Parts: sequence; C-alpha cells; structure tokens
Amino acid sequence: MSAIVKEISGSQAVLEACIAEGVDTIFGYPGGAIMPIYDALYDYNDRLKHVLVRHEQGGIHAGQGYARSSGKVGVVFATSGPGATNLVTGLADAMIDSTPLVCITGQVFAHLLGTDAFQETDVINITTPVTKWNYQITDATEIPHILSKAFYIAGSGRPGPVLIDISKNAQIQKFNYEGYTKCNHIRSYRPKPIVRKEYIEAAAQLINDAKKPFVIFGQGVILGRAEKEFKAFIEKGGLPAAWTILGLSALPTDHPQNVGMLGMHGNYGPNVLTNECDVLIAVGMRFDDRVTGRLDKYAKQAKIVHLDIDPAEINKNVTATVPVWGDCKETLPLLTQLIQEKQHKEWLALFNQYTKDEHDAVINAELHPTKGELTMGEVIHLLNELTGGNAIVVTDVGQHQMVACRYAKFNETKSNITSGGLGTMGFALPAAIGAKFGALDRTVVAVIGDGGFQMTLQEMGTIMQTGLNVKILILNNRFLGMVRQWQELFNDRRYSFVDIQSPDFVQLAKAYGIHGASVDDRELLKNALQTMLDHEGSYLLEVMVGKENNVFPMVPQGCSVSEIRLK
Amino acid sequence: MKKEYTITVYTENQIGLLNRIAIIFSRRKINIDSLNVSPSEVESIHRFTIVINETVEVVRKLCLQIEKQVEVLKAYYNTNDEIIWQEMALYKVPTDAVAEKLQVERLLREYGARAVVIRKDYTIFETTGHREETDRLIQFLEPYGLIEFVRTARIAIIKASSGFHDKIREFEAVEPAEELIENEFLDKGQAVFTM
Repeated sequence: MSAIVKEISGSQAVLEACIAEGVDTIFGYPGGAIMPIYDALYDYNDRLKHVLVRHEQGGIHAGQGYARSSGKVGVVFATSGPGATNLVTGLADAMIDSTPLVCITGQVFAHLLGTDAFQETDVINITTPVTKWNYQITDATEIPHILSKAFYIAGSGRPGPVLIDISKNAQIQKFNYEGYTKCNHIRSYRPKPIVRKEYIEAAAQLINDAKKPFVIFGQGVILGRAEKEFKAFIEKGGLPAAWTILGLSALPTDHPQNVGMLGMHGNYGPNVLTNECDVLIAVGMRFDDRVTGRLDKYAKQAKIVHLDIDPAEINKNVTATVPVWGDCKETLPLLTQLIQEKQHKEWLALFNQYTKDEHDAVINAELHPTKGELTMGEVIHLLNELTGGNAIVVTDVGQHQMVACRYAKFNETKSNITSGGLGTMGFALPAAIGAKFGALDRTVVAVIGDGGFQMTLQEMGTIMQTGLNVKILILNNRFLGMVRQWQELFNDRRYSFVDIQSPDFVQLAKAYGIHGASVDDRELLKNALQTMLDHEGSYLLEVMVGKENNVFPMVPQGCSVSEIRLK
Repeated sequence: MKKEYTITVYTENQIGLLNRIAIIFSRRKINIDSLNVSPSEVESIHRFTIVINETVEVVRKLCLQIEKQVEVLKAYYNTNDEIIWQEMALYKVPTDAVAEKLQVERLLREYGARAVVIRKDYTIFETTGHREETDRLIQFLEPYGLIEFVRTARIAIIKASSGFHDKIREFEAVEPAEELIENEFLDKGQAVFTM
C-alpha cells in the first residue's frame, strides 16, 4: 500500500487494521492487559465506535448479533484472564453457529507468560476448541499481517470466530508501519472447494427424476448471500422448502413454497414428509440432531443431495447420494440452470394438508385463544401483525424461542437471530444490542424468557448508556419452561428446580432508564405491543403467559421425525 | 470394524497446531496410539504421523476435521498394507551381561540390532522394525538385565505417494488445482487419498 513508513504502536496498528477492514463498531470492555489499545482508541473515537458492554459475554454476544444482522465480521475487545475467559461461551456459540468474529484479547507482558502473573490465563489453549483460528502476538510487527489473516479467516469459507491474543508489550511496542494489506490467500487454507460439474449434473438428474422432491435449507443460504439464487432454484423446480432454525428468514415466511420449520418443534408436514420424499435436497445445513431426530430412521427412503461449503459436513451425519461441494452462491445457479421447470402441485398440496391438520390440532389454539391464560403464540402473532414481518427478531433459548421461530413472520433475510447450535440462555439481550448496531434502520425486538433474561440483564446498562432503541419482549411463564415441559412429559411432572422467581422487570428496566410495562390481559395485549413498538427508544414489555403451556408439535428425543407428536 | 490406521498430515510449522490436532481425537474420546511430528521433505512443512485404532468411517471424518484446520495442508489415512512403516527402539543392558552371557553375534544378526554405545558399565543397542519385532528383542534381553528401553513413534511412507514437492506448489497458487480437493466422492476407487 503506502510507501510512507511511519512509526506507530502495536495498539495503533490494531485500530488501523479495524479501519482498513471496514469495521465501524467494536464491542468491548477494558482492563489492565488491554489498556494500551484502549489508550490508542481514545484518539480513534471519531473513526471507530466503541460500545462499552457490562460483561464480556455480553460483548461477544453483541458482536454475534452485529455480525448476523449486518453480514459483516463482528469485533470484540476484552482484557486478559477473566475478560478472556468470559468470551468462551460466545466463542463456542459463534463456532457452532458459524458466525464471523474477530476477538482481540489483551495478554500479560510476554516475559510474564507462564509465571501465573496477575490476570494471566492460557487463553490460546482455552479457546482452541471453540475458535476457527487463534494466534498469540508477542511482537508488534506481526500485528498488521496477523489481523489481516484473522479477518480473512473469520469471514471466508464457512465463517467462524477468530481470537487474537496480544501481549501488553506488543501493544506498546513501536515499529515501522508499512501500511495494511488485506489477506486473500493462505496456502494451507481452502475456504471454498472447487465446484465439480459432474456432481451438479448428477444432482440435477436426481431432482428432475423426482416425484416428491423436498428442499431443506439452513444458514448456509444466508452466510453465502444466496437468498436470491435459492429462491430462483426452488421456484423453477416447484420445490417445497423447509428451514432449520438458523435458515429462518433466508426465504420469506409467506412464500408459497415455504412449508415451514424442521426439527424437534418444527412443523408437522416437513417432519413427517421428510420420511416420504424421494429426493431430499439439503442446502447449507448440517443435519443437526435436533433436525434429524433418530438418524437411523431419517429419510431412509430418499436419495440425498447435500450442498455445503464445508467438506467435513458431507457424510458427517447423513450419507449423501450426491454431494455438491461449494459455495451455494455458485452451486445453486448452476443447479437451477440444469433443472426442469416443474410444479409439484399434488406433493405441495400434501404439505398444505398437514399444515391444516397442525392448525386444527395446535396452531389455532396457540395463535387465537379466546379464553384462559395468554399464550406465547398469540403474542408473536400480534407482533407479526404490528411489525408486518419487517422486524429483526432476536430470541433467547427455550420455549419462547421455539414459539417465536415457529410463528414469527419474516420478509427479509438476516432477520432471525438466535442461538441455535449451542442454545445459550442469556444470548438474546446482548445479541439484540449488537443486531441493532448492525442494522440501525431496522426495528429490533428481543424475545426473551424470564429465565434467560436474568442471565444477562446487566446489558440494560449498555442500552442505557448508548441510548439504543431495542424492544425487549419478555414472555414470562414463571418457570424455566422448556425444562419444565420435559419434566412434565418425561419425568412424571417432577418439577426439579424449574420454578424460578423473577424481580419486577418493569421496575428493573426503570432503574436503567428504560420505559416498560407488564401485561396479562388479552384485551390490552395488542395496545401494549403497539406502545412498545411506537415508543421512542428502548422499551421493555413483560407479557405474563400461561404457566404450564407446552410447545407442540414435538419430536421426542430418540424418536424418528415421522413420530412427531401433536400433543 | 476397527483396525489400525495411519494418518499422515502435512502442516505449516505453527505453535499450537499440535494441540489443535490432538483435541480432534480427545474430543471424541479416541486414543492416539502413536504420534510423530517432524519436518517433511519440503522446507517449512511438517509431517504428522498418527496411529489410531478405529473404523474407517470414523477415520475419514477425523481426517476431514483435521484438514479443516487453517494450517493443515492435507491429511491422508491408510491401512497397514498401504504403507511401509518403522519404529526405532533403544535398549540399555549391562555390559558385563552382554560380554559374558549374551550371544552378541546372534543378537546382531537375528534382530538386525546395532551397538550404539559400548561402555564399561552398559551397552546400548538400537534396532528398527515393527512393534512385534522390537517387542521380541525386549523379551530376549530381559533375562540379561535390561536396564532401560525406549521406542519412537511410528514413521510411515505411503506406498503410492509421490512426495509433497509438487503438491506444495499447487497449494501456493491462488487458484488451486482440482486435484487438491480430491476426495472419495470425486475420485474413484484406489485413487482415494493417494498422493
């Protein structure tokens, strides 16, 4: 780049790298071992927005929310020792959900490594299993090169979290800075397998010969920015398509060929018909056990086409008849070209028949109850009405998550943000903060249970300080609902430590300067939601819902997807 | 069916990579029976030789997980009949026993052993071979007061291999050759994971 060599510190080099990579927001928390970077940040305040979180776990979940709403790499700063270990849950979450992050942690002076120095911990080894790549820098001259690698690795191929640990001496050290060059090649790293034509042809052949083809799609479509290509593919082939929880919002929920959600609490048709289709086309998904149920009874009758960018996913859980390696942005159009224009009307009608059965057995009662306690479903249903399906919905983990994902409407991609793989309670509030920073022009609603909210509610402090506009919708059933549901169904109602008490959430929000209300009356619910959405700035709405409502349908653990229970 | 597989991994020389590879096994509660890491014939490229006892399905998945690591160039797996392998062993025995009781000549001839050091108090023999061969020599020496014994990990050469020199050039290219992404789906039969 620039031929002018100037002397800068390692800390400045870190921030220069962030700017060169187009980073606009950093989530972080200062501490002793990262002080030189924070000192440098003081002078970069006009170019880099730093969001001070209340806990490093909140910081990394915010980074994840930012990455998932914006499609960019999330950046997180934390100090050594406890600061770094507090990132671990978020790293594991980002690893399993393929979220691109660059986390920078401070480390003690290099000469103190291994001496049990104050706030020293072996961050590299602690984080190795939960990072796509990590590296410890002890010399400032490495910083530009290593950070360019970090951003490249985090964002390319199958994305994931990268952690760079920088010792304090390297942050302070001055060196001759020769500018920043973006990395675009590492010889030992192949982000994208080469697309092989013969497999595209074989896949197209299978699809063209199929009588009952069924597409299941995951987050790969979103991560590959291939929403348009995907839509064109299923529309040309007349293929019914169902989504995994992370694939949600890649295809508008009201698309006529969108037949619903897969898996344990997914829709009736997609689960049952997985075991009746003749060709199953999996796009950017990894056959998680919550999607497949019992593997030896999963789609055994079907030929399987698996499109994935990660070669290790092919044949990991489900054996593919035709593996289509590659970025789905490239493979889907090639496949679309070769498939015949078709409409599988009868087959699609079968999905609709199952949808109708599910409506009668479950959905109507959940979305349109007229008496009794409020249901989570009716809250989400009203929210859909009021947002028109244009909001970003961030969910935590548990019953409310399943209900929100089942019933939320989405028109736009990157609108559903949830902890799918790791199932991290406490994810939603900080992730919603990050999601808002990643999409400032959009409405962000965090749907959270009373249990999960209490895990990271300190991040209301971040909202308070940044003046951010995030809607917090607590669905309070005064139980750790999902565990309670399992205890009811499988442990003879032995409710072991699921009866959780909560503080007055509205008062708590008030203490943080966040307006709020609590509602338990069906008559008032719609207005309460409208007030929340109309409010200028953040707002907390607590909805008291039925204490012992269950989420159905359900594929009990160890059962086949076709054994899905409606009650 | 479980059997012995030798996994050969070509990697960059990077701190922490050994751990990254080791935890792929330990996470799945798979024991590494033998592990050797050393520089390969290509400068800056290291070669891991890992021996485990597993089914072919598990080994295949392990290799894909290993190859997924950023600093790994390539991982191959082979059964014992596809490789030539050796382990080296050192045996320390009291010299008087060797001099007086042991038929050194027989030892050297039958076991292919070599005396590395002969001192007044002890002698060190060296031999290379398969596990059973080095084991047999232990049994032979034990009655003569074997003081100490050590064995290296397995090192193995894949019979069908043509080395890594050409491969590395392909890796260095920004547009990789198709061959680099060969796999059991794309390549037929015996050509699988050959070099």
